[in-house]
Amino acid sequence: MGEQLEKMYDVELKPGAGENYVCNLTKPEFAEVMATDIPKEPLPDHEMVPVALKKLDQMRKERKSVQLYLDICVRCGACIKQCHYFIGTGDPKNTPVGRAELLRKVYRAHFTISGKLFGSLVGAQKLTPEILKNEWYKYFYQCSECRRCSVFCPYGIDQAEITMAGREVLNSVGLAPKYVTQVISQVYKHGNNLGIPEPAFKYNCQFLEEEIKESTGVDVKIPVDKEKADILYLPPSADLFTNTDTMIGVAKVFHAIGADWTMSTYASEAANFGLFFSYDDLKTINLRVVETAKKIGAKLVIFGECGHAWRAARQFMEAMNGPLPFKFMNILEFTADLLRKGKLKNIDKSRNDDVVVTLHDPCNYARAGDLVEETRYIIQQVCNNFHDMDPSVTKERTFCCGGGGGLLTEELMELRMKGGLPRATAVKEVVEAHGVNYLAAPCAIDKAQLPLVMQHYNIPVQVGGIHDLVGKALILEGQEEFEAKKKAEEEAAKAAAAAVPAVCGLCDAEFASMDECCEHAEKEHKISKEQCDMACESKEGAGAAAVPAVCGLCDAEFASMDECCEHAEKEHKISKEQCDMVCESKQ
Amino acid sequence: MAKTLKVGDRELELDEDGFLKDPSQWDKEVAEAFAREEGIELTDEHWEIVNFLREYYQQYQIAPMIRILVKEVGKKLGPEKGNLKYIYKLFPNGPAKQACKIAGLPKPTGCV
Repeated sequence: MGEQLEKMYDVELKPGAGENYVCNLTKPEFAEVMATDIPKEPLPDHEMVPVALKKLDQMRKERKSVQLYLDICVRCGACIKQCHYFIGTGDPKNTPVGRAELLRKVYRAHFTISGKLFGSLVGAQKLTPEILKNEWYKYFYQCSECRRCSVFCPYGIDQAEITMAGREVLNSVGLAPKYVTQVISQVYKHGNNLGIPEPAFKYNCQFLEEEIKESTGVDVKIPVDKEKADILYLPPSADLFTNTDTMIGVAKVFHAIGADWTMSTYASEAANFGLFFSYDDLKTINLRVVETAKKIGAKLVIFGECGHAWRAARQFMEAMNGPLPFKFMNILEFTADLLRKGKLKNIDKSRNDDVVVTLHDPCNYARAGDLVEETRYIIQQVCNNFHDMDPSVTKERTFCCGGGGGLLTEELMELRMKGGLPRATAVKEVVEAHGVNYLAAPCAIDKAQLPLVMQHYNIPVQVGGIHDLVGKALILEGQEEFEAKKKAEEEAAKAAAAAVPAVCGLCDAEFASMDECCEHAEKEHKISKEQCDMACESKEGAGAAAVPAVCGLCDAEFASMDECCEHAEKEHKISKEQCDMVCESKQ
Repeated sequence: MAKTLKVGDRELELDEDGFLKDPSQWDKEVAEAFAREEGIELTDEHWEIVNFLREYYQQYQIAPMIRILVKEVGKKLGPEKGNLKYIYKLFPNGPAKQACKIAGLPKPTGCV
């Protein structure tokens, strides 16, 4: 481990530092359309506690993992320094065990015998509206559910399960964040997180088709709403908004193998914010995908570069929405497989020689999606320069970008930057050691969050996807001919420009011959032919006094036209006949 | 207390992110008031972008894809200006957070 990373773990304690970070509350119109039944606004205080306790009881009974994790934690603290929000803020409540303790103390008081008998002696505390509003609502939205703590827990406790249960309890009393409910409501209305309406979605795809055509000369299709297709592709909708190079890379891959694929405006989003909010919404959002795949007869559903989408699909779709009449996989598995089998034939790695790449493992790929080798394999197949970060912070030990878990919202910006510190520190090390200038981040949340983090910590890297790199290196059929033709045309145009024989030195007008140029000068600028000399121009036209003549080829100045002409003849081998005042040859 | 924007003798309500709560209240004076708050003096180049954002929004009910905006700027203001860097020069806080706000569009949300 490098010195900077090592030092990062020395965290100065700042109790209460996290108390200022709180998510804006949902608007009633968003709360109303959630699949899970939640009040439109926070319940009055006297109603909160019984409703919350009922929900908590339901959670622990329905989710065996929650009950187990509530009971078996021995508070050893192994998780504390592994949490990016703790490292960034120093707030002891902002640790995996500290956050879970906010719920465990209530659980003990209401649901365990020792807690009921001995109360605070055994760390039990009865639930109050203040605990819900000031502790749970603040701190359960300062966990990005990245699950790094679970890797370091000797019992394997996944504190994110407790965060998720805690958030469901908060929903039941109307303490829900606007960012998450708005995004989910946009999925229900428009099929995607960004709320891109159908006409705009289709226009965006057409626009990208034209962009590919302009740069490659190849008709690559980005199909939307085909009635039948073998493959249903789900992009993060940000790939149709900001991360368009990722979308282009994916479209090129499908084109190269002649895939029968489509996207759908009903399910135009890979992401599933239900994972950050409620099982009911998680299931409902996944259902849109399942219904669409069935309708179009897809044999394969492919999820785009999006971390938590992959977890929502891989760990929940079959269980919640199955049995599924199709297979599903991640685009990174798909492309890696094509590369392994040699199906993407024409790859020119040198087209990525302008970048030195490192990889950020999205938390949900690495710790919930079994997706750590394919990412590296693809990068190394399409790039010559790749350097991994320190092994203590890659693969299943990867650090969160600081914006996952439903926290990618403006009001949490300060917390997001603090939470991004560990990732930034690791990136800085490879930038300094290897000159890394491209941070590959195959997840839409990363692509939004990491550029801000890198800017915040002054780390000069570009953030982009993996398929952005694939798209650059993958040469399509017909592309090389197009590029050769384009290059020839550009050179011809350049030569043609150079061939323009005369340009007026006073107004840049172009002429086919010197004579025409002189006529123009005489008429428009009132300059007599006598004053003219090829490649020599007066800076002030006819009335030039101070510097009567300047050589048009080398800017040398002369006291008289005659001297200038002599210079032109000697130095530039131009005869006096070729000279005419204010007309200069581009040669 | 809800945030507001003073435009002449009007007092317009803003959302938590400082965007117009009711986008239909937008007019050129609103744009100028927002710009003043952000420390930007609106030039013709700024207006080209603001007007395009408005036109696109009225047609599609959402802000344009960044790439579309960049290309449009290139078309209207010259190819050397058709890049993100130039847009950031005019709107230092970016097209989504600043240009959209001045143009009276809702703030894009999601993984952006």
